Amino acid sequence: MIFLKLFFTFFKIGLFNFGGGYAMISFIQNEIVHKHAYLSTAQFTDIVALSQVTPGPVGINMATYTGYSITHSVWGAVVATVAVCLPSFILMIFISRFFLQYRRSKTVEDVLKGLRPAVVGLIAAAALVLCNVQNIIDYKSVLLLIGAFLAVWKFKAGPIFVLVISGALGFVLYT
Amino acid sequence: MKVLFSLFLVFGKIGLFTLGGGYAMVPLMERELCGKYLSREDFLDTLALAQAAPGIMAINTAILTGYKVHGVWGAIFAALGAALPSFIIILILAIFFKTYQQNPIIRRIFMGVRPAVIALILVPVFNLARAANITWKTVWIPIVVALAVWAMGISPVYLVILAGLGGYLYGRAEGETK
Repeated sequence: MIFLKLFFTFFKIGLFNFGGGYAMISFIQNEIVHKHAYLSTAQFTDIVALSQVTPGPVGINMATYTGYSITHSVWGAVVATVAVCLPSFILMIFISRFFLQYRRSKTVEDVLKGLRPAVVGLIAAAALVLCNVQNIIDYKSVLLLIGAFLAVWKFKAGPIFVLVISGALGFVLYT
Repeated sequence: MKVLFSLFLVFGKIGLFTLGGGYAMVPLMERELCGKYLSREDFLDTLALAQAAPGIMAINTAILTGYKVHGVWGAIFAALGAALPSFIIILILAIFFKTYQQNPIIRRIFMGVRPAVIALILVPVFNLARAANITWKTVWIPIVVALAVWAMGISPVYLVILAGLGGYLYGRAEGETK
């Protein structure tokens, strides 16, 4: 049963996630943490962190890891990963077959214009949802958040560098 | 058969050597695909479609390229190539991390990592707001969407449908007044 649910959840995410890996955080969070409570916010945050530092598409990493964490089985990882890719498969082949030359129509352009600001909101929601007591435990967490934000925003630090440094700081600060 | 295998390998390389996915993959994709599998124009069309469509951009690109080169099987092998290396690496990491999750050292490290993850998600909000041309007239859209998901737990699926529909209707209304 859990496998079937996992399949439908990730199929839905694959079908509706416009806006890439960061927007996908908000989809997975809503389904897996908020609606079904399969994982805690802290567990899910760890998945996001490890998906960022491993090579490959972040979406694949998050689907695989979430599928495994929920079912404690490799099959869970397989089901979630296949399910998140399946809508792409159907859609891309359908479009390739029937629109030999892909040209953006006015309708597609209009729809995308509506989606873009919404995607910004979805990513903002992902950040807000993760700002809870499981992740922000004390003033040190707040300082780490501000420091990491400035490092990426102002000094263009890479995500892996920032996560490694903040991990080391966590190790030193939380004795 | 040889074509399928080379599609698998090319997308395996693209999947394995790009950290972060999405736009980070474009330069490597260009080098590996342009001229060999796709013409320059086809490549740009493929990218535009892969990015506009829902789903994972790297997987979309793999499916489109694979399909163009060798039909449905081409699409399957290219997508497998793009997904498999990440799948294996993250799975090994997940199994490993499950065993050591309760380790006090790992716990301390992740207490530091979690706030940084939030910061990493916050930065693209500001970058994308600029790229999406958000003005004082449209700034309410991301705010309403963020509040709906965060405070009310509304599924992003409904918000995406609403936003797409809104964009379509707005575009039509604008077209009529011209």
